[in-house]
Amino acid sequence: MSDTDKFDEQNNDENGEPTRRDFIYIATGAAAAVGAAAFAWPLVTQMSAAADTRAAGSIEIDLSKISEGQQLKVLWRGKPVFVRYRTQEEIDAADAVDIASLPDPQTDDDRFVPNFSGVIDKRILVMVGVCTHFGCIPVGEQGKIDAQGAFGGWYCPCHGSHYDTSGRIRQGPAPTNLPIPEYAYISDTVIKVG
Amino acid sequence: MSGHSTYEPKYAAGRWLDKRLPIVRFGVDFMGFPSPRNLNYWYAFGGILTLCLLAQIITGVILAMHYTPDVNLAFDSVQRIRRDVPFGWLLQPMHAVGASMFFLAVYIHMFRGMFYGSYKNPRELLWIIGCLIYLVMMATGFLGYTLPWGQMSFWGATVITGFFGAIPVVGESLQQWLLGGYSIGNPTLQRFFSLHYLLPFIICALVGLHVWAVHHVGQNNPIGIEPKSKSDTLPFHPFYTMKDAFAIAVFLLIFALFVFYLPEALGHADNYQRANPMVTPPHIVPEWYFLPFYAILRAVPDKLMGIILMFGAIGVLFVLPWLDTAKVRSLRFRPITRWFFIIFLVMCFVLGWCGAKAPDDIAIPIGEHGMSFKWLSRIATLYYFAYFIVILPVMGWIEKTKPLPESITKAVLSGDA
Repeated sequence: MSDTDKFDEQNNDENGEPTRRDFIYIATGAAAAVGAAAFAWPLVTQMSAAADTRAAGSIEIDLSKISEGQQLKVLWRGKPVFVRYRTQEEIDAADAVDIASLPDPQTDDDRFVPNFSGVIDKRILVMVGVCTHFGCIPVGEQGKIDAQGAFGGWYCPCHGSHYDTSGRIRQGPAPTNLPIPEYAYISDTVIKVG
Repeated sequence: MSGHSTYEPKYAAGRWLDKRLPIVRFGVDFMGFPSPRNLNYWYAFGGILTLCLLAQIITGVILAMHYTPDVNLAFDSVQRIRRDVPFGWLLQPMHAVGASMFFLAVYIHMFRGMFYGSYKNPRELLWIIGCLIYLVMMATGFLGYTLPWGQMSFWGATVITGFFGAIPVVGESLQQWLLGGYSIGNPTLQRFFSLHYLLPFIICALVGLHVWAVHHVGQNNPIGIEPKSKSDTLPFHPFYTMKDAFAIAVFLLIFALFVFYLPEALGHADNYQRANPMVTPPHIVPEWYFLPFYAILRAVPDKLMGIILMFGAIGVLFVLPWLDTAKVRSLRFRPITRWFFIIFLVMCFVLGWCGAKAPDDIAIPIGEHGMSFKWLSRIATLYYFAYFIVILPVMGWIEKTKPLPESITKAVLSGDA
């Protein structure tokens, strides 16, 4: 038994109730714990995205530069955005799918925002080109038929996820469809992403 | 430490020092540590691993003098080390090949521990500290592979940090916190460099505990029975320092073969392309030492489940001392389990093979289509877990073990050790 314990025992109240000394111990411990947590907070939080990274903000994409069957890849927040001018066959293929059979059910129309005139233009598909499995870039550019996967859309070479012409996951380990970024038409031919 | 100190300073200066700081006494007692007399060359890997750790730290500290952790400069700074820095052509491959050699040695060390039952009472904690070292080594290896900022560096890091994104609810924020942004970028590279420099020193501390623990409980040995008399042991120095020195010389020959003749054999050509966030290489593969875990990850169609299984494959090692219910340590005296262990070893290689191949390619051409690597890795994954969770606990109960020798000395003298 240490000297402190002996001292403490002598100072204990006869009924074994907490004394002023007990109170000081607990208060000191609590203050130290709060202080340690307050100090740890900046040490942990410094690792979050810094202000300049968060300010990466939004980009504008000119749609007039792509023609039917082509795809544009634009870097946005360190990730590529796919802008695909779909052919009529690709749109028909996306519409023909039984929604209930999809791992992440979504209609083709759900994957668009209204254009500048307020109607949905299913020709221009805008997606974040990052596989929802482990973040690789799926392949499926115009002209590379072999690389478009089993459903004519995109294929992720890392772990074999197949996406259809609407960017919806059809086969493979990816859990969800290729995400649609936050974007809006700011004129007939220009969209703003982010 | 076991035993009493036998050190007696011979000179006045030695006595002066011993009274004030008994550091020589500590060293002498430490190296005179009684070791079982029947240790074979599989027991040399502790010494080899110490050498690997020191070599990695020395070459690493030197590389850090020339390396620049910036997304625009990192790739070029590594090329500059290899081309312009005096002896950089030697030091950079020594560090890169050294990582592979380190893992090669650690795998042999672990399989040796598993074969001779070195994780059993009273060495559970020794084994667990070893598992922790392995875990920190994997983190260090991964972080280091990111630094040259080639295509494989970038995309390997993307895939691995993607694991954290799969965690329900907090995944995405956790991933952004780890990366310091929306995707892998400069903040990520800088913190990876900082942590890659830090973790080896954590490994040093853990190695200190590991060595302390082995000195406290004593080394296991190929027949797995405790030394009972003085004739069962030999002082570590000079007997095992000499034996280890020979093993280290052979190990260094293999190391040198890779450094001088095959420096690229264990790497990927893609890593000589600058990291490009717009293009994923067609076939992402981790370094060879992660391949079995990569195969387990891809064996299941579900993302979260794959990650759980992959981490589970490492996690199960930590509880191995309690999964193996047998009283007998060494598999030399367990005629059936020994074969299960050999199959386990083969399955680990099969998983490594699967991890290196595309999941849908055909591994074994049987029947109409043949078996794909995905299915082969599923079978191997199943066996991997079954070995720990079913075979070891059950065999401990039902197996009839061979009779153990009376003592290490008797076993050595009759040629059974």
